[in-house]
Amino acid sequence: MSFIATPQTMHFPEVLPLQSGASLRDYHLAFETYGTLNPDASNAVLVCHALNASHHVAGVYEGQDKSEGWWDNMIGPGKPVDTDKFFVIGVNNLGSCFGSTGPMHPHPDTGEVYGADFPVVTVEDWVNAQARLLDRLGITQLAAVLGGSLGGMQALSWTLQYPERVRHAVVVASAPNLTAENIAFNEVARRAIVTDPDFHGGHFYRHGVIPKRGLRIARMIGHITYLSDDVMNEKFGRSLRAPTLPEGAGPARGGPAPDLRDYLYSTQDIEFQIESYLRYQGDKFSEYFDANTYLLITRALDYFDPARGHGGDLTQALARATAKFLLVSFTTDWRFSPRRSREIVKALLDNRRHVSYAEIDAPHGHDAFLLDDARYMSVMRSYFDSIAKEFA
Amino acid sequence: MTEKTTMQAIARMVPPGSRVLDLGCGDGAMLSYLQRERGCSGYGIEIDDANVLACVQRGVDVIQLNLDEGLAMFGDASFDVVLQIDTLQHLRNAEVMLRETARVGRTGVVAFPNFAHWPNRLSVLRGRMPVTRRLPYQWYDTPNIRVGTYKDFEVLALKNHLRVIDAFGLQDGRAVRWCPNARAGTAVFHFEHV
Repeated sequence: MSFIATPQTMHFPEVLPLQSGASLRDYHLAFETYGTLNPDASNAVLVCHALNASHHVAGVYEGQDKSEGWWDNMIGPGKPVDTDKFFVIGVNNLGSCFGSTGPMHPHPDTGEVYGADFPVVTVEDWVNAQARLLDRLGITQLAAVLGGSLGGMQALSWTLQYPERVRHAVVVASAPNLTAENIAFNEVARRAIVTDPDFHGGHFYRHGVIPKRGLRIARMIGHITYLSDDVMNEKFGRSLRAPTLPEGAGPARGGPAPDLRDYLYSTQDIEFQIESYLRYQGDKFSEYFDANTYLLITRALDYFDPARGHGGDLTQALARATAKFLLVSFTTDWRFSPRRSREIVKALLDNRRHVSYAEIDAPHGHDAFLLDDARYMSVMRSYFDSIAKEFA
Repeated sequence: MTEKTTMQAIARMVPPGSRVLDLGCGDGAMLSYLQRERGCSGYGIEIDDANVLACVQRGVDVIQLNLDEGLAMFGDASFDVVLQIDTLQHLRNAEVMLRETARVGRTGVVAFPNFAHWPNRLSVLRGRMPVTRRLPYQWYDTPNIRVGTYKDFEVLALKNHLRVIDAFGLQDGRAVRWCPNARAGTAVFHFEHV
């Protein structure tokens, strides 16, 4: 049982200019904090979330047993990111469906729900919004910014947008930009959503429906890419779900031999265990995730590319970063492969920055960054222990 | 090979304030020493998980890489000194890594067990592979995939157009300059690209 977490909200009346040229005003950010901020505000750690997560990073909600934050194994009292030492902030990004202003909220001018009209937000926009939250919390400089996957991109972006405000950046299972293959997966997921008859050009709220079919498929595609082939085989193999026998089949009724049950070809029923698992994940996801949010966040992922403004030269792009870095990747992560983390490491080396890099030989694919791997946890713990020594 | 005197003998070849790359840096003791005692900066390269962790604990910047995959990540002459202490004997592409060392560093320092040290010779004369403090493994379970001698390295250095700045043997933490090929358990070479 973990500690009790309390979500908070902060309102920002001022205008936030966005990279797209649009802007947001009268927006709010949902966030949680754990631990105590030092009197000199030197022990703050900002945790940036990935695609389908939120500000609920650690702890549980009052009276809800199974409500652990998504990085509860990493963050908490005595954990690798020790909240007895650090003041940890989890923040929900703009455009999300978990509390911060997003497509499900009303536009301050019209009072109408944003829906598809919610402006495009980028990683850089999120970082700007997070910086304002820190201003309000009285934190001028972070001891560390930490994130995995899309969260890692935000951590990296922090070191470029606000170099003087970050002492350490911990970038886990991330990349300096998405590969074409990655963008392709995102695009298939997006097409699944926008071609759902219930999508209504993103204004489905007005019609009182949700493009559930599209969301389900989007999640199934995503989920496949977060696992490794080995883990999927180990977990599900090729085992068939106990099939229901058609009328008159089976030896008890004088029907065909039982092995024929393996070939009840069907496009509707679930036959393999993996199908059952993916459908379950897809169904669950479509119950709680907003379609417009999915589109927005995958777009933010696609757009992120700090090297773009430097002719594709990542070394030049990272010259601004002055933070000390820890990068972690996982050997079986094919969505954000070690090769991509090494690109960031190389660019930092070229700039003679402090950087350490751990390449964890874990079997779990991209999801490994959320799981308990002893080597991974030890490296994180050691690194954060060394950060804590700086302000102890 | 981590004895303090040995470490100091090698560290003396690293000018104060240099930027150092330590290939196969182990637990980071050498880099930590160089940072502390000689004001150096730099990175360790290490493949072993436990060693990577030890480096992070020491506050030594470490990059987890398999050296047999090369040093493509590092630019030409991007370090003042590249160290290869007790690493050469574990590498599949020892010669390639030697060339890479010379490319990435303005100078390189290589140290490895000298197989021509007299107790080893004696052991082979008796018909057995040596098992010593410096080479503590049986021939069938040694992590050292190659053995070489002080003299062998002179030949390899010449072949790869390396100019030897300094070379000596190390025995019990002391430099051996007279007849090092027979009298020292460790061969040490400080070189630069011609």
